[in-house]
Order: sequence, then C-alpha cells, then structure tokens
Amino acid sequence: MLNDWLYVGVFALVSMFLPAAAISIAALLSPKKPNSIKNATYECGMEPVGPAWAQMKVQYYVFTLIFLVFDVEAVLLFPWAVAYKQLPLYAVVEAILFILILLGGLLYAWRKGALEWL
Amino acid sequence: MSFWRDPIIFIIEWAKGLLAGIGWGPGWATIVGFVIGAFVLATGAMFFVVFLIWYERKLIGRLQDRFGPNRLGPWGLFQPIADMLKIFTKELITPSGVDWIAYNLAPILSVAAVLMMWAVTPFSKTFFGVNISVGILFLIAVGGLGEVGIILAGWGSNNKYALVGALRAVAQLCSYEVPFVISALVPVMLTGSMSLVDIVEAQNPWYILVAPAAALVFFIASVAETGRAPFDLAEAESEIVAGYNVEYSGLKFGMFFVGEFLHAFTASFIFVTVFLGGWRGPGADQIPVLGLVYFMIKTFIVYFALILFRGTNPRFRIDQMMDLNWKVLTPLSLVVIMVIALVDRLFASSADWLRTVILLAANLVILVVAERLIRRGVKTTRPEVGSRERPVASPDNLFIQPGSGAKG
Repeated sequence: MLNDWLYVGVFALVSMFLPAAAISIAALLSPKKPNSIKNATYECGMEPVGPAWAQMKVQYYVFTLIFLVFDVEAVLLFPWAVAYKQLPLYAVVEAILFILILLGGLLYAWRKGALEWL
Repeated sequence: MSFWRDPIIFIIEWAKGLLAGIGWGPGWATIVGFVIGAFVLATGAMFFVVFLIWYERKLIGRLQDRFGPNRLGPWGLFQPIADMLKIFTKELITPSGVDWIAYNLAPILSVAAVLMMWAVTPFSKTFFGVNISVGILFLIAVGGLGEVGIILAGWGSNNKYALVGALRAVAQLCSYEVPFVISALVPVMLTGSMSLVDIVEAQNPWYILVAPAAALVFFIASVAETGRAPFDLAEAESEIVAGYNVEYSGLKFGMFFVGEFLHAFTASFIFVTVFLGGWRGPGADQIPVLGLVYFMIKTFIVYFALILFRGTNPRFRIDQMMDLNWKVLTPLSLVVIMVIALVDRLFASSADWLRTVILLAANLVILVVAERLIRRGVKTTRPEVGSRERPVASPDNLFIQPGSGAKG
C-alpha cells in the first residue's frame, strides 16, 4: 500500500522533471538576444495600456459556488458508490433523496437566473 | 512465463533480476526499479506525442480537404520530429514584468499533470504502473492540477489576453468537472471499487452497453476538460489572440502543445478504461500482450472520434458552453445516476443479462426524453437571412460553349 503511493510520488517527480529538463536543454541550445522592444508585453503591437491584472466580473463567483456544492456532493457520493453493492434498498433511496435535494437546488439557481452567463 | 506471451513483464522481471544481482537491499532495489520504471513510462509518453501530432495533423488535413504533412519521410512521418528539433533551438523570450516562478512553472505543470495520469492506467492485464485503490479519484485530482498550470500561465504572464484566457479556462474546467465526476460515479457503483484495474476486470459487458447515457456525458465532459475545439475558448485565436499562452515562446510554448495533445490522447484512453472495457477482448486474459493491442486499437478509435469532433464542430460561444454544462449535462448526469442506482437495486436478484438489458433500456429512455426536452428548450426557428432571389450562374443549355457562335 505504501509502496504504491511511493511509486505515485516517484512518478510525480519524474513527470515534473522531464519537461523541466527539456526546457533547460532548450535554454542551453537557444540563442539569447533580449532587447526591450522584444521583451515588451504583447498587446497587438501597441504600448501596453494600464495594469495587466484587470478585474473580472462577479459572475465567476456564483458559478464557483455552485461548483463547490456539487463537488462536495461528489466527494460524499464516492464512498456510497463504492459500498453500493452491499447497501440495502433503504440506503440507496436515501442517497437518491440527497441527490434530489441537490437537483432542487440546481433548479432553484436556474430559476433565479444564476446560471445565465451575461 | 514465455517471452512472446507477455514481453513487457518479461523484460521487467529480467531487469528486476539484474537489479537484485547487483547486491542492493530489497528496499533500494524497489526504489531504483520505481525510478527506472517511471522514467521509461513517462519518456515513452513524451516521445509518443511526436506520433500523435503527426496523426492528428494528417487527419485534420484530410477533414479540411488538404493533404496534411507529406514532405518529410513516408507520409510526412518525420515532420513532427523536424519541428521538435527546430523548436529546441528557438529563443525563449521572457517578457519584462512576468512573475518568474509562476511563468516558468506553468508549462512544466501542464505536462506533468497529464503524465501523472499514466501512472495508474492499466494498459494490459499485467502491465500498469501501479494499482491504487482510489484510481479514478486520483485521475480527477490530477486533472485538476492541469488547471493550476493554466491559471499560473495566465496570471504570471502579466498580459490581459492571457488573464482573460486563463479565467475562461477556469470557468470552463470548473463547470465541466461536475458532470465528469458524477458520471464517473456510475462505473464505480457498478464495480464496487475505485481502482481502475478492478473497473476493467469487472466489465463483462462493457459499461458503455450498460450505461450509454453516462458514457455520453463522460465523453463530452472529458473533451471539454482537454480544452480543445469545440471547447477551446481559453485559446480562441480570433478573440483573445492565443489565450493563456500568448507570452510563451520556444519550447515553453511547445510544452503547452505537448500537454494538450497528450491530454487528448489520455482522455481517450481513460474513456476506454472506464467505459469500453480497457484491455478486455477475446484471448486477452491468457495472452496479456493481446490486451495491449486491443487497448491501443480502442484508444485510437476513441481518439479518432475526438479528432472528428474537433474537426467538424465550430467553437462554442461561452454562454452556450456554460448552458450546455449547467442546463443539460449536469441535470442529465444526476438523473442518470439516480435511475441507475434505483434500477440496479430493484433488479439485483435477477439474471445478469436481464439486468443489463433493463439498464440499457432505462438509459436509452433517459436519452430520448432528454433529447425531447432539449428540443423544446432550444429555439429552432431562426430569422431568415438573405431570402431575396440572387443571381446564380446557371446556364440554360449546358452543351453550348460560350463564344462558339450558337444561340442559347
């Protein structure tokens, strides 16, 4: 069990290392002739106007909240799904009720107009 | 075990014997074996991309009525190798004002996130990196890591287009995560385990035959997760130049490219693993190497479908894309999981084939009802554009050549 996760850790390190190594090799091979015009931030060929970190609209906030609800729901449902074969009908119906409540929440958000991308 | 029945395991066993022969302790031999195995698998994946790029460019070329690459080598097979050699010698321009760590970490992370999915996928009965008990959750979590790469790229570039692209990518990937995760619950439920090895072993009829509605949702959501056309809003050339990778050049840009192609291929083999029976096929239990062949054939069929999907659909508008997710796919996946849970439980005592048929029928009913509801919701009448009679070059008599003197 621990061995398995050791392999996952080793694989994660290796998969970080490979692209990093490729980029380092490319950095050694490639020419380096920076100048101030080449290094300017790209904005369709003009001088950049204002700060780049612009504000985005609040719509994201609502979508992310709904996303959070459903992701937490999925986290709760995964153990249920693993145990599904051994569960009695009662537990299955209970999970279905749980999903129905969430579906009701989705419909409520829909009617409230939270799902409209403006 | 003979060489021809399972060459990969044969080579691995031979290498293990070699490592043990050096005289290290078993702990060190395991770790060194892990490092070598991970290196071979990950490097193989990276070089495989070269072939994938050729395959995709050729197919996209054919879909657009072009030849695609056809100059270098047979059927243009060496074109991506030449491109790769070229991109290694391109200058890596670092614009002024970037956040150095975020800017350089982003391309690495976007490739690493995809590569890590190769660690848990069973390629054949005996050949897989590792069999962890939460395989499918691991896939979802690692898929989320790729989004972090995109956010870092958008934020670190100090560029407005890059930021807009990154935020679009976040909105899209966050949203499509929901139906993806919920439809991934269906195979877990039918198997009773989250391990990918167990899921493949348990698919006696393939799960696409048991739950086609869940498979459809899973496929669309995984295409959206890869962020390619028709879901490539994050890098829409005509709107926000190139999205989150505007400021990247040379191999750093190439790494995003590699990550995207590898992600498309990885998404198709995850679909194969979860819904199309993985390596299962006639004779694959006895001869594991056949399983690898079946797995590759199925993966390339799904990958072909994915490219067809990409080549024939125009890009979505962002509100259409969010509507598709929140108003169609999410309710659909919730309904599918409820119906499957209930039907499977009610018919748990009946024969396997009967349960399969009933589940299939239930899924098809869901799909038909969903299709009807969507048709009711979508406006099908469109304003007529250009209804006026237009002059069309249509000669009255085809046999008379212009300028031959005869009257038509």
